[in-house]
Amino acid sequence: MKVLIPTPLLSYTGVREVDAEGATLDAVLTDLDRRYPGIRFRVIDEQGRLRRHVRFFADGGQIFDPAHPLRADDTLVLVQALSGG
Amino acid sequence: MNGSEGTIMVLVATRKGAWFFHSDTARRTWRVEGPQLLGQIVSHAVLDPRDGRTLLAAARTGHLGPTLFRSTDLGRHWSEAVQPPAFARAPQGTAGRTVDHTFWLTPAPAGEPGCWYAGTSPQGLFRSTDGGVHWTPFSCLNDDPQYIRWMGTVQDGTPDGPKLHSIIIDPRDPAHLYIGMSGGGVHESRDAGRSFAPLLNGLEVVEGFDRADPSFHDPHCIRMCPSAPDRLYQQNHCGVYRLDRPGDEWVRIGRNMPAEVGDIGFPLVVHPRDAERAWIFPMDGTDVWPRTSPGGRPAVYGTRDGGASWQRLDRGLPPQQAWWTVKRQSMCADGLDPLGLYFGTTSGELWTSADEGEHWQCIARHLPEILAVETGHPSAAAT
Repeated sequence: MKVLIPTPLLSYTGVREVDAEGATLDAVLTDLDRRYPGIRFRVIDEQGRLRRHVRFFADGGQIFDPAHPLRADDTLVLVQALSGG
Repeated sequence: MNGSEGTIMVLVATRKGAWFFHSDTARRTWRVEGPQLLGQIVSHAVLDPRDGRTLLAAARTGHLGPTLFRSTDLGRHWSEAVQPPAFARAPQGTAGRTVDHTFWLTPAPAGEPGCWYAGTSPQGLFRSTDGGVHWTPFSCLNDDPQYIRWMGTVQDGTPDGPKLHSIIIDPRDPAHLYIGMSGGGVHESRDAGRSFAPLLNGLEVVEGFDRADPSFHDPHCIRMCPSAPDRLYQQNHCGVYRLDRPGDEWVRIGRNMPAEVGDIGFPLVVHPRDAERAWIFPMDGTDVWPRTSPGGRPAVYGTRDGGASWQRLDRGLPPQQAWWTVKRQSMCADGLDPLGLYFGTTSGELWTSADEGEHWQCIARHLPEILAVETGHPSAAAT
């Protein structure tokens, strides 16, 4: 599926739009990490929890659960929620 | 000293990126290079003393998880660690811990090229053997129920989280380690980190608490003397201490400080060639703990006799109305002769002395909040 990358993570991918595969959000992020090593840990912690200030959207809705199912024709959008000073 | 004979580099890590200052050994003029990693909260930036060209910077932004940046060309290009420090996945049904940021970086001695240690917030110890690309946890410490209890909760630590810091490797024996935890106390390992034991005798804690319980100990900064590795100095929550091994009783040398100044602070620097000499930066630890220069009159204090006496070193510093805070990683020495000293304030000023603290000059103002200051000697090939 198509994955849209926010600017703080372009250092990993180099481009705004990349491809990744997987049947769940967790699986897609794992595949993304295989292609761009290190990127997964920036958005999901070592206990498998979504990081506090990163948002995931697909099919018009926000995803809160790493086990959330995704389809091959979905577009996954990663968004950084700016916070702090 | 590894590296080019003629250059010195000061690495300033801030809440908004890193800045590098370059000079020759005379240290009269400085060239600034930066910002590097603009916008990243850089807790610590260290130049590898073994090769004079590899830089590691512990960083995070406000919204992404923590990472470690690595450069092998003195900051011209950076790449992120493939596997930054992270705790082990907790068993199903338990919460598990999450690294908020890497706080402290220590390169191993010369005999272990490419080996680094890292301390995190919340408290965790990690090691890399490939120059900082992949990091593995010390589960014996990070996942040990007793140690986790001693580490306390996030509420028990410093305002931006409890830290594991002051990772010291004995240059005579790389299996001999010391660490500090705020909170959690000072601990020692003699088996390369497979096991640790508290090293707390003689240390005071806040009145009314049990000094035998590591939970109540709050080391701020521990330093080993390179010229005499059996000597340790410590600045902690309750004062300044010294320990001479193989003894295990810390002695409060801060009692010899002027009473009106006290011996509370965060950083501590030791002389690389003279174990009798050390420097501290006292801050106000009375009342509600302002953690600013006592009376608004900043000064470094130095000892030439192992802490039996202390001299005020403030020539060049503002005489009044300077309410500075200097964090535990924000004061260091450069190894040259005469020794250069450096400190950075949370108000973004970088100060240096090229004569062992006798005279001070400000070499940078208006930087973001300074979190750490380190020196290094770039190799001629890297510059």
